[in-house]
Amino acid sequence: MTDGHGLEDKSHFRGVWVFLEGRAGHLRDVSTQLIGEGRRLADLRGTPLTGILPGNGVDALAEQAIGYGLDRVIVVDDPILEIYRSRPYAQVMAQLIRRHKPEIVLFGASKNGRDLGGRLHAILETGLAADCVKFDIDAEGNLDMIRPSFGGKSLAHILCKKHRPQMASVRRNVFVAPPHNPDRRGEIVREAVELKPQDVDATLLEFEEFTKEGGLRPEEADIVVSGGYGLADPKNFALLQELADRLGGAVAASRKAVDSGWVPKTLQVGQTGMTVRPKLYIAVGISGAVQHLAGMQESEKILVINIDPKAPLFEIADYGIVGDLFEVVPELIRQLDALKGGDASDRRVVPAEAR
Amino acid sequence: MSAATPNKCPLRILVCIKQVPKAQELQVDPVTQTLKRVGVPSEINPPDANALEIALTLKDRHAAEVVVLSMGPTSFDESLERAVAMGADRAVLLTDRILGGSDTVPTAYALSETIQKIGGYDLILTGEETTDASTGHVGPGIAGHLDLPQITYVSEIRIVDGTVRARRTAEDGTEWWQTSMPSLCTVNFGCNKPRAPTLTGKIRVKRGGVIAHWSCADVGIDPKKVGLLNSPTIVAKVDTIRLPARAGHMFSGEPKETVRALLEALIRDRVIVP
Repeated sequence: MTDGHGLEDKSHFRGVWVFLEGRAGHLRDVSTQLIGEGRRLADLRGTPLTGILPGNGVDALAEQAIGYGLDRVIVVDDPILEIYRSRPYAQVMAQLIRRHKPEIVLFGASKNGRDLGGRLHAILETGLAADCVKFDIDAEGNLDMIRPSFGGKSLAHILCKKHRPQMASVRRNVFVAPPHNPDRRGEIVREAVELKPQDVDATLLEFEEFTKEGGLRPEEADIVVSGGYGLADPKNFALLQELADRLGGAVAASRKAVDSGWVPKTLQVGQTGMTVRPKLYIAVGISGAVQHLAGMQESEKILVINIDPKAPLFEIADYGIVGDLFEVVPELIRQLDALKGGDASDRRVVPAEAR
Repeated sequence: MSAATPNKCPLRILVCIKQVPKAQELQVDPVTQTLKRVGVPSEINPPDANALEIALTLKDRHAAEVVVLSMGPTSFDESLERAVAMGADRAVLLTDRILGGSDTVPTAYALSETIQKIGGYDLILTGEETTDASTGHVGPGIAGHLDLPQITYVSEIRIVDGTVRARRTAEDGTEWWQTSMPSLCTVNFGCNKPRAPTLTGKIRVKRGGVIAHWSCADVGIDPKKVGLLNSPTIVAKVDTIRLPARAGHMFSGEPKETVRALLEALIRDRVIVP
């Protein structure tokens, strides 16, 4: 294929963009994490870092975003953009990308980020790599988009050599958010994008917020107590909740426990669930399929409790107890209580970040 | 394109499915570093099976025709036959050597063209993602190509007064959306229990003629827009994951002793503060 034309075109594309998502007046943490990685890539390329913020009345959010390391925020303010909808948001992104020609566009691999990226890459006919865990710039200046493949057994390097922009999505908690600097100065640009009332092609009839069981989501907890097939019965998750309560942690589960109908899918850690990187991940009765590893292997410390000494998860354990979880976990709860005379409320690593 | 007239009967529901190696059987060829597909047991991509179940449930309630569509080698007939045996009315396989190596951009394009060729559709369903590539880009890509409303991560669909109502799992809660037809929904993995093939379904498959094989030329797909060379992305290389070494303090014996030793280690390493 001759690509002289493509290469010539490619040089017109410059700058790194991050699609920003807010909720209740704050940036989602996947967005702040992306700004940190976007900053690194923009500096490597010697180009500015721009946040894209479609919404309705989002100026304060734009100010907030600058503090995480952006040079500029493009705000598209329109009542049509009050809530996320695929078509108008894809319109906004497609028009802005055609107008400004960024070299790299990053999305959070949230439900809406994936919904948007998937639609957009087909409209723009450019490459989009899903769930990246690492980025590099190759010798030719292309973005090396690195993502788990084959159920997490290996890492694939994806390149988008001839098409621009190069687009990628990143899951929550893969990168660490930079500290917020309220004194950082940046440019806020308000841009108009052509939107028609008929672009609102779907109506939100109802919204029911997830109840936060135990008060804390696994993605936000410093300690995650995760249960697998070894728990044998859904009611045994109460035991894990007791342990989590004493540690100020949250309960999660393996896919097998979810598939068995013991706990909701929203608690699933792994390839088809969420990614967590707590200070301590406690895996109880989880043997450790690669798909599970993909969601927790970045945890700072891993404690494995399993009756089977050959459980693959022991291979990545910092601490391991070979034993019957129905003996070990109650004993752990007893000894934790004994350490603090039964008062467990302040035995947490650090208070979970307030959101 | 089909007109979204209310109460149009019957509905035509298209379900896009892919055949994937069974999850437990994922094996990487040590030489080519690609997924082993030959000689490995296959199944309908599990989220696609959930999408098919939603289509069949709608068929149970409304007068609907369910057409299953896939793109791949003729070995995919196995999954298409299963889909028909489960209750789909017919199947189309887009199969052509020039499609080999297509990433999600040409795949969404080729499936969109095939959907146009089938025509008369009211609702297109896909799984939220495939278990072998896990991108989730093809469903929204098709909606983008065909300029249709899309609702992703859906676990329940109702047809009410000629409109689609879909329950979507969002980041922070559950949403009920309403949209017009034709439209596209991607379906959550594990949101239902796909039914087993029925005897009458199996007999229909046995009689033959339930799967149509179409080439790119049959559909009118531009060969310059599909295949490995016309895909924006390439896999430059694949690394085996080497996990960082971990401390691996192992404790075994009586629970009382192992737990005491564990807590001492956790406190010593400042993982927990007593």
